[in-house]
Amino acid sequence: MSDVAKPAARASRRKLLVYAPLGVAVAGGISFWAMLRGLQDGSFNPRGVPSALLGKPPPDFTLPALESTGLPPLVSADFRGLPGPVVVNFWASWCAPCIIEHPHLMALQRQGVPVWGVNYKDRPREAQGFLTRLGNPFTRLGVDEPGRVSIDWGVYGVPETYILDRGGIIRWRFAGPITPELMAQDIQPLLRRLSGG
Amino acid sequence: MSHFLDALRRRAGAILVAVALLALSLPVIAQIGDTSYRLRDAEQESRARDIGKELRCLVCQNQSIEDSDASLARDLRRIVREQVEQGASNEQVMRFVHERYGDFVLLRPPFKWSTLLLWATPALALLGGVFAIWRARRRANATGIGPLELTEAERKRLADLQGDPRA
Repeated sequence: MSDVAKPAARASRRKLLVYAPLGVAVAGGISFWAMLRGLQDGSFNPRGVPSALLGKPPPDFTLPALESTGLPPLVSADFRGLPGPVVVNFWASWCAPCIIEHPHLMALQRQGVPVWGVNYKDRPREAQGFLTRLGNPFTRLGVDEPGRVSIDWGVYGVPETYILDRGGIIRWRFAGPITPELMAQDIQPLLRRLSGG
Repeated sequence: MSHFLDALRRRAGAILVAVALLALSLPVIAQIGDTSYRLRDAEQESRARDIGKELRCLVCQNQSIEDSDASLARDLRRIVREQVEQGASNEQVMRFVHERYGDFVLLRPPFKWSTLLLWATPALALLGGVFAIWRARRRANATGIGPLELTEAERKRLADLQGDPRA
């Protein structure tokens, strides 16, 4: 009270006390909105596990073929000396999202992109039934009944899709079913880039 | 209320029996689930369990692989035990899983540049609090009480009120 210069400072301090929480609330609101948007268009996935294998070659492995299909099996040596990028898809007949994404794999195959499959923890007859019913997009198919090779790849659920460049290096990984948006925004541009340069 | 107590007293015997049965059944409950992977060597098994408690189940995400019933968690439990049985150190087993699943699989995040803020947050919050207290105190000291000496006018007024004998 003895000081006359103080009231102005006190008023600006009070203003700060009013606006600071408001600013925090606005910042929080904007972040929350961005998060919701990201959840909606798939660019933000709080439960997503980033692949530890990006930029690396796949692990050494040998998987047997699914006899009834007559397709060649899948081994790590297949990733050497590729003419272009390949798509590797982990799937199972008991996996509902695999049915949803299946048309996209068929589309890639029609497009001439090699799609190689790993049949995860499945029964041969049911796997064959799945391919007979929905069509076979794969040019190579390995059977990983124990799921060990999939663990070496860092797979934690089916479906999972990987894109490898012609050097056999893992460039992209997605856990979950392929969607039309994913095809248009990620998969197709990346395949174009990898088969270009 | 007394009605309730009466009922309780009447059923005390039954309640006791129920509690005793429940206590007996607890070890049975704890054994539900797949136990075929357990190691015979108790020391190795406890080491495997310690490792497993540090590893996140990637399917359920907020459970360790020791706590989860997901099939991937079961596979990882088996792998951990196989490696422990073959004489791998805790670090070797952790590295094996970390190489495949990255930092996400570690329930205790590693200390590195990208996790610096995560680890530093408690320290930063504490420092911020200390700073706020220090500033508030300094301001209180600077302006709160004001000059302690009375002015001449105040001295006079006080003397009037007290009826200074010298006046």
